[in-house]
Amino acid sequence: MSGILNSSIGRKFAMALSAFFLMIFLLQHFIINFSSVISSGTFNEISHFMGTNWLIQYIMQPILIFGVIFHFVMGFVLEIKNNRSRQIKYAKNNGASNSTWMSRNMIWSGGFILVFLVIHFIDFWIPEINVKYIQGDMSGLLADGEGYRYYEELTHKFAPMWRVALYCVGFVFLSLHLLHGFSSAFQSVGANNKYTKCLKGFGKAYAIILPLGFIIIALFHHFNAH
Amino acid sequence: MNLTLKIWRQKNAADKGKLVDYQISDVSPDMSFLEMLDVLNEQLINKGESPVAFDHDCREGICGMCSLYINGEAHGPDRGITTCQLHMRKFKDGDTIYIEPFRANAFPVIRDLVVDRSAFDRIQHAGGFISVNTSGNTIDANAIPINKHDADKAFEAATCIGCGACVATCKNSSAMLFVSAKVSQFALLPQGKVEATDRVLNMVKQMDEEGFGNCTNTGACEVECPKGISLENIARMNREYLKASLKG
Repeated sequence: MSGILNSSIGRKFAMALSAFFLMIFLLQHFIINFSSVISSGTFNEISHFMGTNWLIQYIMQPILIFGVIFHFVMGFVLEIKNNRSRQIKYAKNNGASNSTWMSRNMIWSGGFILVFLVIHFIDFWIPEINVKYIQGDMSGLLADGEGYRYYEELTHKFAPMWRVALYCVGFVFLSLHLLHGFSSAFQSVGANNKYTKCLKGFGKAYAIILPLGFIIIALFHHFNAH
Repeated sequence: MNLTLKIWRQKNAADKGKLVDYQISDVSPDMSFLEMLDVLNEQLINKGESPVAFDHDCREGICGMCSLYINGEAHGPDRGITTCQLHMRKFKDGDTIYIEPFRANAFPVIRDLVVDRSAFDRIQHAGGFISVNTSGNTIDANAIPINKHDADKAFEAATCIGCGACVATCKNSSAMLFVSAKVSQFALLPQGKVEATDRVLNMVKQMDEEGFGNCTNTGACEVECPKGISLENIARMNREYLKASLKG
């Protein structure tokens, strides 16, 4: 096992594992967010559970943060290393003839997702940490004590059009990243067999449906609030 | 056809090198790309200029010697061929053609379009072989039954000619398609399984030491490979490597 993470294949494997973890997280995030479109009560209940359950808050949340940071840092490290492996570039290179734009520009789609995540953290995560762990209010209730605050806060956040537009752009980059990333993660862990064609199809559906769903949720709350 | 050629000229490994423009006229569409370069070289020699150095040997698409990055693609704008199998009918009268050497730190330029691909040899030396006991008890390879599927897959992997187009075309200069073909051709056969653990660990270690980049699964190597080596081999090498790492 020694030195596996120092090898090119070991790093690929680590990137793929963190990608699997993030893709599963994304799916549960989507399901919870989508509940806000169906029922504000359900969304409030789930949000309160996720926001106060010790297993999620103290075990899963740090793992998630580690996973996100690991995926980004490793992605940038690999990009720099890969770039250095060809110091003299081609005068003419026709990358589009043999590979997709998404596969060649994972660093750009990933970089924009990172910018989006910073904004997303400032919008939702930091205020949440502030209320719960700095102000010490774990009740999840509105200031007047009449019901949970989560749905109210969500609709309030998506009221300005500029924020909705920003989120939509972020989800487009997420889609571009997943269009290559989903099947690439399976290839990295050695899964390339008779099911690969199906898997690629499923990956494309995942990469389009999930970000599109997030866009619909943001637009729904924007127009619903007006 | 009349063409403008932009050819990389570099006196030696230490020289900085640059693209030089050449005009060539009356090129027959039936010429191979290398024949067109032969004609250009004849003209240069007649003018007292230094001919363009480029690699070639069999000119039948078997040896893997001819390289060249033509108009931004390894072996030019056709599929499943080496440069010697590329014909001028793929170009139009008046075209400008960029001709560059395969680029990667692990493939340093020796002169003009000739690159040093001995990094591949060193990877092969690290494990791309099987040890056969010839003490008198050697079993005939044909006496060991191998299922058709594995035999076919091993043969497909063994068709890799080590030309380096995978490295040249990969945005990361990764050699994983080449190494995975060499790992796979043995890993699939009983004769190769004996040394499978050491083979994959040693070959990947050597690959990394040579300075090749990391595979990001763009699939460009598979598209440009003159022998159609599949990405399945890279997945197999990844599995073999992880299995070997857990064992070793």
